Amino acid sequence: MASSFSRTLGLGLLSLAGCSGSTTSSGSQVPSPVPGMSTAAPSPDPRVGLRGGLLDAAEAAWNMRLVSNTPPSAKFASAWNSDVAFTGKYVIQGSFNGYQIWDITNPSRPTLKTAYFCPASQSDVSVYKNLLFVSGESLTGRLDCGAQGVPDTVSKDRLRGVRIFDISDISAPRNVGNVQTCRGSHTHSVLVDPKDPENVYVYISGSAEVRSASELPGCTSSAPDQDPNSSLFRIEVIKVPLAHPEQAAIVSSPRIFHDLVAPAAHGEAPEDIAAAAKAAAAARAAGGFTAKVNGVDFVLPMQMTGPMLDSIARARGAPVIIVDGKPRTTVTAADSAALRAGIQDLIDKMVGAQDTGPGPRPGPTQCHDITVFPGIGLAGGACGGYGLLLDIRDPANPKRIGAVADSNFSYWHSATFNNDGTKILFTDEWGGGTQPKCRVTDKPEWGANAIFTLVDGTMHFQSYYKLPAPQTALENCVAHNGSLIPIPGRDVMVQGWYQGGISIFDWTDAARPKEIAFFDRGPADPARFIVAGSWSVYWYNGVMVSSEIARGLDIFELQPSGFISQNEIDAAKTVHYDYLNAQGQPKMTWPASFALARAYADQLERSGGLAPERIASVRRSLTAAENASGAARRDALARLSGQLSGYVAGSRDGAKLQMMSKAVADLSR
Amino acid sequence: MIRSSTPGMAVAVLAGAMAACGSTAAGRVQTTPTVAAAAQADLVAIAKAQADSARYPYTSADVHFMSAMIGHHAQAIQMADWAPTHGARSSVRILAERIINAQQDEITTMQRWLADRRQRVPEAIPQGMKMMMDGVEHVMLMPGMLTPDQLTQLDQSRGTEFDRRFLTFMIQHHRGAVTMVKELLGTHGAAQDEIVYRFASDVNVDQATEIDRMEKMLAALSSRPN
Repeated sequence: MASSFSRTLGLGLLSLAGCSGSTTSSGSQVPSPVPGMSTAAPSPDPRVGLRGGLLDAAEAAWNMRLVSNTPPSAKFASAWNSDVAFTGKYVIQGSFNGYQIWDITNPSRPTLKTAYFCPASQSDVSVYKNLLFVSGESLTGRLDCGAQGVPDTVSKDRLRGVRIFDISDISAPRNVGNVQTCRGSHTHSVLVDPKDPENVYVYISGSAEVRSASELPGCTSSAPDQDPNSSLFRIEVIKVPLAHPEQAAIVSSPRIFHDLVAPAAHGEAPEDIAAAAKAAAAARAAGGFTAKVNGVDFVLPMQMTGPMLDSIARARGAPVIIVDGKPRTTVTAADSAALRAGIQDLIDKMVGAQDTGPGPRPGPTQCHDITVFPGIGLAGGACGGYGLLLDIRDPANPKRIGAVADSNFSYWHSATFNNDGTKILFTDEWGGGTQPKCRVTDKPEWGANAIFTLVDGTMHFQSYYKLPAPQTALENCVAHNGSLIPIPGRDVMVQGWYQGGISIFDWTDAARPKEIAFFDRGPADPARFIVAGSWSVYWYNGVMVSSEIARGLDIFELQPSGFISQNEIDAAKTVHYDYLNAQGQPKMTWPASFALARAYADQLERSGGLAPERIASVRRSLTAAENASGAARRDALARLSGQLSGYVAGSRDGAKLQMMSKAVADLSR
Repeated sequence: MIRSSTPGMAVAVLAGAMAACGSTAAGRVQTTPTVAAAAQADLVAIAKAQADSARYPYTSADVHFMSAMIGHHAQAIQMADWAPTHGARSSVRILAERIINAQQDEITTMQRWLADRRQRVPEAIPQGMKMMMDGVEHVMLMPGMLTPDQLTQLDQSRGTEFDRRFLTFMIQHHRGAVTMVKELLGTHGAAQDEIVYRFASDVNVDQATEIDRMEKMLAALSSRPN
């Protein structure tokens, strides 16, 4: 009885576990005004009611500015634009018709360098050195880049996987290899192993139907217990020798879902939890036994507690009598009290035992996208109904070290870490990106971001963030791709919400994310629903580049506000990338600069971490040092750094003071 | 139970409502006149380009899929509509609410796709799809759809019994949708159309994910002591 109880109860109840419930805020820095600059969001929200139009829609912007919009080139005009990658002065913009390469040396006037026609959905792009990787998933992709599709269910012409291009000559890319995979490549992520300079690794995510073995030998959609080589329940890792990209091949198919037991799901209905507690209280009042499983009360049935009481009674030597042919003991109040005292422990053991036990295999069978962050040795996998944390220190053999589920999440789509690896944000692409999920009637926790803190490799739910402005039923809208903006000392992210526009938010306080800038246009068609909007927007060397599905390439810049000072923007612009794939998250580092020191001073003023007169004095010292040179400058900065260290103990924001002291010390060298 | 037999209408009404809000728009509304003007000039070029780019033909299998899934979705919505009135626990009610939201939007997608291609747009009725065979009208139940008996069983249950039946039947129903996608993708020439492929892929992953979630909910329900 007990064992079967444990099996079924444990299995079911794991899904009822509450979230950590912790609301501790790391950083505790809620943006507050810099004197003279407003932090009040415009009211009413100017994003509501914008006039529609493909290229003449009304626009609303707050704390950011559209620098340029460049419509797609002729052959790409009617196809959807997808993700973007960056190398040097170029933006590589994926499209369902291939990819376009833009020179953004002058962000107000991008120029088209190359338009490579090669239809595929969804042409997710990544770049590394002279190599460009492009995903193909759907049935229509052709090895010869033809536009006629592939009507046959089995065909040697079909490409589902990753195309590799040599872009040494950026105006004439050469297709140097293709890696075919069983489920195609919806997205992929390039992993640069710091220990392996000869190769680069590509993680393939694709949840589409498995191909026939007649088309690609070895593919099988049988479950792993029927066929150990099942193409399900795994991801693909491609190893690309940099000197011989044509030899790129699948090097492993890690079964990262192996033994995945349904993790605790956040957001189980509070009414249910309250109702269970009430029923448990009533049962206890009537002499029954209850226990909590993952925070939810359960009334234990007599069939379960009876044998337990009996065994307690026997243990103390109670006489056994025969009733109806069965041995029975007389249970006393003391026996009941003993069971009452020990029952929770017993249940914990039973449920705990289930955690590692075999159970029905839950989904998912694939991931939608994986963000690798080699700087901290971790990856965030957005996989079906789960958010996974992977250890990627051995690139060909990623290992799952954590998993979360969330009952408000429909489909885990992508992940972004904060720069110091203490938080992870997952998006929920509810409706697949082609549905209008930001209407007034759509719940704020559906189709949103979920923010978790990362403590010793475990993820703890903190909050949801969803675009706060309601959109029309004519605008596809849901959480989609974005990246960190390198504001030092804070976690700030820019994110595309399709036709919901672009939202910049501060998630330094993981429990209270807050929007601090936005851009939006009216519907792409004022009269009927069409798919458009920002597929992805990423910060790259001082600007934010957005791939607009229907309208082309948008470039934005940040404007100073009460939330972000000019110094913080200047410091962000000191972070330089040679290349960028947002799903291969780079560790951001800030070179020593006066802007960096001043950015920290602005933050200390905002947080009240340093008294106003000291702030003023510190700023004067920085100006004086900047105007000085040589030894005088070095000495002044070293003195200031020491002075700042001295303030740490008495400050409510000692950590920030330390960061500033170090930044000033670096500047003195 | 016919929700939106005139797909264009709901959209038009909403558009009208949003347009009415337009006059209240305030704040820093900016436009980029020079870029917009230049872009306008490209519109003709863009329109011309439409003809050059990849456009895949749709087939009767696509039309069948997009038509048949409307009734399939309509039945899921009918089942979910009962949750608040049949004493479902709140976790089931929330799931039902999300199914209604998701599948209603998808019905709009399918109806729009069919209307754009001048195909007959089926009514969103939960009894299955009406088909004419040899001049006689038949109602076809798509894979996973509940029989009239099963629908009655569900409608007659309340509370925990409703929850259990709802989850059991909705798992069956979703599995049917996954089967329909599989059949579509296994058909010669099917799902070359980008919208069909994407929609079918979304149905596949969304419903497979939801099946996993419902199986867990069902297990939790079955194991709850008493």
